[in-house]
Amino acid sequence: MNLMSIAYKSIKQRALSSSLTSLSVALGVMLMVAVLVIHGIIDRMFSQQSIGYELIVGRKGSGLQLVLNTVYRLKQPIENLPYLYYLELKNDPRVEDAVPFALGDFTKEGGFPIIGTVSDYFVLDYAPDHKFKIRGSGFRDSFDAIIGSEVARENGWRVDDPNTPENEASTFKLVHGGAESDHEHDEVFTVRGVMQRTGTPNDKTVFIHLNGFYAIAGHDRPPNETLIKLKAFYTEGIPGHPELDQTDPETLKPKPGAHVHGMEDWQKEVTAVLINCKRPPDWPADAPSPFLGDFEGEFKRGFKAQAVNPIVPMRELMQDIVGNIRKVLMVMTGLIIVVSGVSIFVSIYNSMSDRRREIAVMRALGAQRRTVFSIILAESLLLCVGGGVFGVLMGHGLVFAAAPYVAAQSGLLIDPFAFEPIELTVLPALIVLASLVGIVPGLTAYRTDVAKALAE
Amino acid sequence: MSLLLERVEKSYREPDGTPLPILDIENFQLGDSEQVALVGESGGGKTTLLNVISGISTPDAGRVVIDGVEINGLPEVSRDRFRAERIGFVFQTFNLLAAFSALENVLLGMSFGGGKADRGRAHELLDRVGLSKRAGHRPGQLSVGEQQRVAVARALANRPSLLLADEPTASVDRANQENILTLIREACTADNVSLLLVTHSPEIASRFNRVARLDEINRVSNATTAAGGPA
Repeated sequence: MNLMSIAYKSIKQRALSSSLTSLSVALGVMLMVAVLVIHGIIDRMFSQQSIGYELIVGRKGSGLQLVLNTVYRLKQPIENLPYLYYLELKNDPRVEDAVPFALGDFTKEGGFPIIGTVSDYFVLDYAPDHKFKIRGSGFRDSFDAIIGSEVARENGWRVDDPNTPENEASTFKLVHGGAESDHEHDEVFTVRGVMQRTGTPNDKTVFIHLNGFYAIAGHDRPPNETLIKLKAFYTEGIPGHPELDQTDPETLKPKPGAHVHGMEDWQKEVTAVLINCKRPPDWPADAPSPFLGDFEGEFKRGFKAQAVNPIVPMRELMQDIVGNIRKVLMVMTGLIIVVSGVSIFVSIYNSMSDRRREIAVMRALGAQRRTVFSIILAESLLLCVGGGVFGVLMGHGLVFAAAPYVAAQSGLLIDPFAFEPIELTVLPALIVLASLVGIVPGLTAYRTDVAKALAE
Repeated sequence: MSLLLERVEKSYREPDGTPLPILDIENFQLGDSEQVALVGESGGGKTTLLNVISGISTPDAGRVVIDGVEINGLPEVSRDRFRAERIGFVFQTFNLLAAFSALENVLLGMSFGGGKADRGRAHELLDRVGLSKRAGHRPGQLSVGEQQRVAVARALANRPSLLLADEPTASVDRANQENILTLIREACTADNVSLLLVTHSPEIASRFNRVARLDEINRVSNATTAAGGPA
């Protein structure tokens, strides 16, 4: 019999107290693993690695809110930008890609956020070197939609399939401002594309054609109000529309009962514009564009709009808040594990007085002092490491179980099988802990007076 | 196997520090495959003598020589190894480990020597003591007589050359006393193992060709138990 099997037998003899102490280690490790995995997922999600564009341009306000809203579909959108401003950016010689985002409304089924955009969005990488893969034809018409994989799964929506004509493409309607709103738009959208899973908030988003977005009744503001806003935005003249500078907004006031359909470009608005800057031909591919700093500086000086590198506010959020929360959680779970280690110490140490004779018998049979010391240490290791392995499995199980709930509550997509490299340090740390808590009981065994213990 | 004790002295200390002599043996020998009953009153130092012979305790003076090896001159680690490989122990109270099955208790007897535990031999020994069908039972599931038979099998597990039995029949009923004694003696005869069996029963001692009386070989006259240590 080797030391481990002798130690295992001893543990089995005290099955209840052993399993309870081991379980306490498992619970501590479970919490630690869950914190590590979830934090790792959030860290990756809220980092540049998860975003395929360099700047988000939006109305002046909170940069963090702009990023959370545009990238993660969290929080309410801030004020809109004129569509004309998007066109200016699109035509800027320093801009490679300019993709408009118009946010608002939700699907009636499932309450998934709606984004009006153009096909260019799906040409951008959703993450560096990761292209969208879309099943279906994509946008062909104003009332076409491309949906995320989770939307398709949860709502059971599909694109039309030429091989099975009886399976028509799914159609849906939107509700204004939230799934709980009772205002349902009349327009019907058709699913023309389903994205493959990206592991990003795109999976839980419905993209509709920007023209369709503007065509929804109610999305067109009265022209007089739009012109007032436009003049407030362009204080030095509306670009490309000198006639509007001369127009009195009151003359555009709609007649009572009239409903306007169709909008001029100057009447349209976007919530945000996603920007990638051009790079000189010999510029390193992985280096930020030299125009990026220009843009950020220009926007900082201006008062109308802001350009946010999405990584910056998220990094600040991660470091200032999430990072500190993680530290607190890690310290707390670390303390739980240490307390569990102490309970293992108490459990083994208390058993030592009952086991003096057992140890003496082993010594009488020829076991050396270091052998009985090692047996006690092995017990501590089995309890700690056994609990730790169980805790790692439970931690991932917890993440697995919590993933749908977190996704439903926050929109964050959590990969239940995500693994954090730092988890590899958990077991060595537990081995150290086990060695520490096993030393004193081990020394008690080591020092056992065999003749005296046998005579007791 | 030969055992020689020469001018062996052993004392314990009273709580006030005064030495309390337990053993003072001028000369005692045990020959190869010899079986000797060691008789003495309780508290006479029988168990201490076995501990000294097995290297569990060291004498204050004198020599304990087994097969030419002066074991009290060895470091503790070597004494442990010597005991694991050459000496079998049968205790009065069996001292089987409760968490281990009969088979595992026998295997435990082979676990602290240099070699690998031999399951085949463990089964063979259990068969010899008539417990082959009880190999998976724990001590708590065995009768008192069966437990002592497992203890005998464990003592023989490492093919010892010397078997020390400390009142092995004291805790079993009369019917089992005979069985246990026969078992131990036959096993020692079969395996050429020298036997030193401690008993306070004249009846048991009468079965041996040679009986050593502790009060004759031990010059310590006051055979009382030391407060601080076993006698």
